[in-house]
Amino acid sequence: MKQEYEEFAWRIGGPQGSGIDRLANVFGRALASCGLKVFGHREYHSNILGRHSYFDFCISTEPSYSHRETADFLVTFDAESLCRHLPAVADDGHVLFATADADVPLDTLAFLDMHFKQDLIATLTQSGQPPTIAGMLEQARHRGVQLVPIPYAEILAALAHECKLSRHHAGRAINTLAVAASSALLGLSDELLITELKNVFGNDPNILDLNTGAAARAYDFVAEHHGAAASRTWLHEQREVRETLFINGSQSVALGKLAAGMAFQTYYPISPASDESLFLESQNPVPLRHGGHAAPLVLQVEDELAAAGMACGAALTGARSATSTSGPGFCLMTESLGWAGMNEVPLVVSLYQRGGPSTGMPTRTEQGDLQFAIHAGHGEFPRLVLASGDVEDCFYDSMQAFNYAERYQLPVIHMLDKALASTSQTLPRLHYEDKHIDRGEIFTSNDSQATPVARFALTASGISPRPLLGQDNAQHWLSGAEHDTYGQVSEDPVLREHMMEKRMHKLQQILDDLSDEEKFCVYGNKTAQFTIITWGSTKGAVWDAVKRMAQQGIEVRAIQLRLLWPFPAAELATLLADAAPLVIAECNYSGQLNALLREHIGRSADHLLLKYSGRPMTGDALFAALQSIQAGNGLPRRVLHNPNE
Amino acid sequence: MSDNKTETGHNKSPFHSDRANDWCAGCGDFGILHSLEKTLTTMERHPDQVAVFGGIGCSGKTPYYLASYGIHTLHGRVLPFATGAKLANPALTVIAVGGDGDGLSIGAGHLVNAGRRNVDLTYIIFDNGVYGLTKGQASPTLHHGEQTKAMTTPSMLEHINPQMLALAAGFTWIGRGYAYDVDQLCDLMEQAIRHPGSALLTVLQPCPTYNQLHDKDWYAGKDLDNSTGRLYSLQDEGYNPLVPADAGQALLDEKMLQCLGVAQQWNTRIPTGVFFQDLSKPHLLDPIAQCHPGYAIATPAQQPVCDEQGRPLACLDTHFEALSVRASNAKRWR
Repeated sequence: MKQEYEEFAWRIGGPQGSGIDRLANVFGRALASCGLKVFGHREYHSNILGRHSYFDFCISTEPSYSHRETADFLVTFDAESLCRHLPAVADDGHVLFATADADVPLDTLAFLDMHFKQDLIATLTQSGQPPTIAGMLEQARHRGVQLVPIPYAEILAALAHECKLSRHHAGRAINTLAVAASSALLGLSDELLITELKNVFGNDPNILDLNTGAAARAYDFVAEHHGAAASRTWLHEQREVRETLFINGSQSVALGKLAAGMAFQTYYPISPASDESLFLESQNPVPLRHGGHAAPLVLQVEDELAAAGMACGAALTGARSATSTSGPGFCLMTESLGWAGMNEVPLVVSLYQRGGPSTGMPTRTEQGDLQFAIHAGHGEFPRLVLASGDVEDCFYDSMQAFNYAERYQLPVIHMLDKALASTSQTLPRLHYEDKHIDRGEIFTSNDSQATPVARFALTASGISPRPLLGQDNAQHWLSGAEHDTYGQVSEDPVLREHMMEKRMHKLQQILDDLSDEEKFCVYGNKTAQFTIITWGSTKGAVWDAVKRMAQQGIEVRAIQLRLLWPFPAAELATLLADAAPLVIAECNYSGQLNALLREHIGRSADHLLLKYSGRPMTGDALFAALQSIQAGNGLPRRVLHNPNE
Repeated sequence: MSDNKTETGHNKSPFHSDRANDWCAGCGDFGILHSLEKTLTTMERHPDQVAVFGGIGCSGKTPYYLASYGIHTLHGRVLPFATGAKLANPALTVIAVGGDGDGLSIGAGHLVNAGRRNVDLTYIIFDNGVYGLTKGQASPTLHHGEQTKAMTTPSMLEHINPQMLALAAGFTWIGRGYAYDVDQLCDLMEQAIRHPGSALLTVLQPCPTYNQLHDKDWYAGKDLDNSTGRLYSLQDEGYNPLVPADAGQALLDEKMLQCLGVAQQWNTRIPTGVFFQDLSKPHLLDPIAQCHPGYAIATPAQQPVCDEQGRPLACLDTHFEALSVRASNAKRWR
């Protein structure tokens, strides 16, 4: 009987620089063109060439929100990838590998982490297998894994001969060969794959010929030796979907900014944030609805001190301005963040969290900067912190961030992370056309008025109409020093109190103004007491876990907190009044959201689920954790592990 | 009309601000402030066209004392703020001011990169050899072995030469003035403001409170035998700093070497005037406008964002198209 919901986990691994990412994109697009839903997740090292990277796809009939712990299908063309991921292949899964890799002894793999290698060797020795790849393959075969050896070297040699290329040159198509072989095994039509190869490699006919040649040979090889061995019929039964986006988090943030009319962005190269800025640079110009083009300026500058300062300078002229960074860069931005708070500057900071502290793990994820984002900078000033939970949120939140920044005239920190940045997934077209743009109160100049303008005039709302640099008849001062209503430095104690109150009042105003939907999102059974709260990119894993709990007949309510600062304490206190048990899931060591909850509503999680290995949570792991909580085996604090990631 | 006249009947500058000034009596900053106010007035700029950005320190307060857009920024960061505003609204006349500690120590990275960007803005460094506002510590232009009042030992570090640094960084206009020579300073300020690239104007500025070594008398050469003083004008001696727009590499090299030569003069003969002016290099706005034709039509400050109903004006159809996958009409499965 056909299940209501079906999914399939596909994984490809390979050395960095071998085009894993590109080919995964080709494959994902090909699947999307069949109407399948794809959720893709990428892991990679902080390295240019050679270190291990891999890409996971969860392919399904209904949207899936996280990747899987296991792979139904593992595609490799190097020994290290095979070695790292073979243990994660499902018992009825398939593994594609290079015939030549079978004899590689494990201790020759220099980049394999020592503990992982030792564990593998110990397991192999116990089961009487040699400490080689061949031993691992044999072990996998014993538990039902289908082995599909591919003679990559021979096929590529024939391809080199046919295309009159050097073996080295032809060898660059090994990624395409591997992906095409897996497509063929799944029964995907070669025509679809070639269409997407054209989309991705279309600019260079030589490269395209090489890659389509590799794809054709892979299909021939599989037809001759395996047939469509791994094909699953449900994959074939997709409804027509006219158009689907295949988009990653960085792209989604960038497009949200363009929809918002962002005119100025600065950045300093940093992982994983700079992908967004690079993508933005490639998107110029932006056509305007009534004709003409906008030309948002995206500037690489000398450091993050300058990036934040320049974005502030541009924001003062009325340009919608942003800067994009990751933890170490955000550390440098804090002085300008305070200046923006003090001078009521609408500045948007896209903060892509990564493993910290210090250099930490530049290409791995973490939700370790929540408390930092809320408190960054000395002294007290208002800021708004919002966190996106998935690729779709990335778009709408980055658009909305500018509205908040301009309406409340303050810095907005849009929290993202490496997991979101490197999630590629299918999504319906994003709609921004009817989204409202709020430019906030801008000073209207009047020829007869006296200048200077009181930039920081005290008003009931705390918001003073904002004059712009270059605006006619709007001369004004700004100052990072405490200032009077004219922006002139002042240390008057009474004025100081008024100015602190004016600025800090915005926090209450935000809580009063924003709707519940802007503050949090509730999923699953809204009346269930069993409650799990999360924020940021862990949302996807929570959604998947809650969905699977429901399939088991256990109703769980999931809450994604979207507005992290000002903290919506009153709303949460009401919402969580009857929550039992209360579970919090987040990717950090200390449970930063949990601490906020305890601080603001005096309630903390009964069960805290954490992960700080640098890899995002999965629905699989959370589902297992929720099941054990349901069974009464929950711990107050539990860390989710996966040594194979 | 009476509002626009001073008590002595002169026209008041539109840049004049009546705000009380808290600099020490006799501070060289007054000469710089006065020159700047006078220059902007003479140039007939309107206060709504001029943005003056200040760093942190006594000099950083300059924006408060001018009736223009006045922005008091952060220590060392005046150039990024000023650059951001200029790139977003190139119609603004942008002037950045700060001390030698602000520009050459904590903000040195920005100084170097501002030169490299060659954006049309004027950076005035108030050079007095000390951190005045924090009570007289040595700043980067204080020479090795010099000891000002607040220091417990003579300076153990070599000084930074702002002209040489600016040349290496790529500033295309480099000059030096003296705070008490208002006529020359006004001339230099006007040249720097009119120069279409990044201009660094260093102003020797006695700090009467903390730097007893380089006071008015020292610059006047009262300790020397000659009566003409330490300062001399390069231009009075026929020094030609100009690298014309069509200059070749040979002329550029010659003018750079010439600049390095005079930049090293100090002690008994200190050059002022224009050290270097290079019109042969493009400034950042040119390649930006070339790469993004839309920039010249609507700069970031003017970029249309939404219509009157608040609906976005951006049309992202082509952007989404590039990320879209169309359902295939081909046979999907084998």
